[in-house]
Amino acid sequence: MHDLILKNVSFSYPGGFLAVDDINMEIKAGENVAIVGQNGAGKTTTVKMMNGLLRPTKGDVLIGDMNTKDYTTAQVSRVVGYVFQNPDDQIFHSTVESEVRFGPKMMKLEPEEENSRVEEALKITGMDKYREENPYNLPLSTRKFVTIAAVIAMNTDVLIFDEPTAGQDMEGNKRLADILRILHKQGKTVITISHDMEFVSMNFDKVIVMAKKKIVRTGTPREIFWDMDALDKAMLKQPYVSRVCRALGIEGGVICIEDAINEIMSRENV
Amino acid sequence: MAVVIECKDVTYYYPLTEKPAVEDLNLKIESGKFYGVVGENGAGKTTFCALLRGFAPGFYKGELKGEVLVEGKKTIEYGGELSAKIGYVFQNPFTQISGVKDTVFEEVAYGLENFGVPVEEIERRVIEVMKMTDIEALAEKNPFDLSGGQMQRVALASVIVLEPDILIIDEPTSQLDPEGTESVFRIIKALKDRKKTIILVEHKIDLIAEYADEVLVFEKGHLIKSGDKEKILSDISLLDRGVSLPQVAILGAKLKEKGFPLRKIPVTEDQAVRMIRESLKEGKQDA
Repeated sequence: MHDLILKNVSFSYPGGFLAVDDINMEIKAGENVAIVGQNGAGKTTTVKMMNGLLRPTKGDVLIGDMNTKDYTTAQVSRVVGYVFQNPDDQIFHSTVESEVRFGPKMMKLEPEEENSRVEEALKITGMDKYREENPYNLPLSTRKFVTIAAVIAMNTDVLIFDEPTAGQDMEGNKRLADILRILHKQGKTVITISHDMEFVSMNFDKVIVMAKKKIVRTGTPREIFWDMDALDKAMLKQPYVSRVCRALGIEGGVICIEDAINEIMSRENV
Repeated sequence: MAVVIECKDVTYYYPLTEKPAVEDLNLKIESGKFYGVVGENGAGKTTFCALLRGFAPGFYKGELKGEVLVEGKKTIEYGGELSAKIGYVFQNPFTQISGVKDTVFEEVAYGLENFGVPVEEIERRVIEVMKMTDIEALAEKNPFDLSGGQMQRVALASVIVLEPDILIIDEPTSQLDPEGTESVFRIIKALKDRKKTIILVEHKIDLIAEYADEVLVFEKGHLIKSGDKEKILSDISLLDRGVSLPQVAILGAKLKEKGFPLRKIPVTEDQAVRMIRESLKEGKQDA
């Protein structure tokens, strides 16, 4: 199992644009972490450094005892899987099944192992019913699950999902929550970028807030979503029910509907 | 208010399909109102948009039964002039960017060029819209070098600049952060204040509740509910049909279930705060 450590990491794109500015981050093996922040805060650049798609221009990215500097992207990607923000950057096969099979096939596994990984990934993501379909016949939000399945089939210890909640309906969000739960149970480290504060408050143990190329704060959803300073810096808002409670003067760290009901009911009975 | 679009017994099949994507649709869209279109992915929302702007069947072909009327004239009888009346912002901004222009400024100007608008007017309108959508800083960039969120703003700007009377906008905020999302809603509200008719497909139901006038709910190709947003979005039974509802509506319904005295189910944050506060006060007075 691999802890993920970023030590004084910066990244500048060719041409000199600084996207990540001297950040430190530690994600323990098996943690289920969300990264939140505005567009342009440096979230995607940060996670791309975790799987070797980008190399830090300063500092070190350590995955267990691997320093990504000393390994190829192909080697790193066997440990850290990355699901692209835009599924169309990732998909290149003509059926859902062959897309999902590509990774395990390249790893030259035993045929049974290859099959079982493909089947499991298709099942977890609900993509088994589309296995013969061309991914591009599926709506964008469903296509995202094809790319998630493809990365799950690689069976890496660490998985990174870049904005999987974008464009999802209620059903899609539920399925995502299930996938996160299953992977967490399997002991995987999962890192998810999301703009959906309700989703983040309900599905993660740890939240990393980024703003302007830096980390603002790391904490539990309850800590983060009642830290108005951190939220302001990152131009984020509390979940809706937290906002309602705050306006009512109920400051009990409410982050979900159940919390809100308990707090409001307890005040009614006073 | 005047009816600008009307669907009469509309059923539509994409080519080579046996199941209609939209079935038995009857609906009137009134001028100057803001409609939120909601429902599961695959429920027919985007097809509905394509029908209103004549792309179904005009571009996609397929089979249309019934009539879609824009200002009283059937969409199938319009030519290109329908595109001057109805502006459409694609779900995927990548589909929308023309690919023939090298800068964001030119991209936003492209539609006006095609309509033969004088150069000075193009410049004035493009600059104004770029300000409104907060993309001035991107003016010299290549549209394809932008992030998903920036591209969505450019796509929106390049349609707003045409000043159509009717705007159909398909999930314009999917790639945007919360602040960017709210700013898009504020832009849409500003358009509504200019008497534009807005039809917006959007999953962010809490913001629909905040900004829209009416809500249209689609399920499996059928329009299952339509009308005033407060009436529709406080209907908790919709949750069982895969339709998301505002967080505060779910909170309100659950509070009521537990015996908390709420007059009705709130749909916006303000309503929720006001109603819960009143009930808490009354409770204290009774005690």
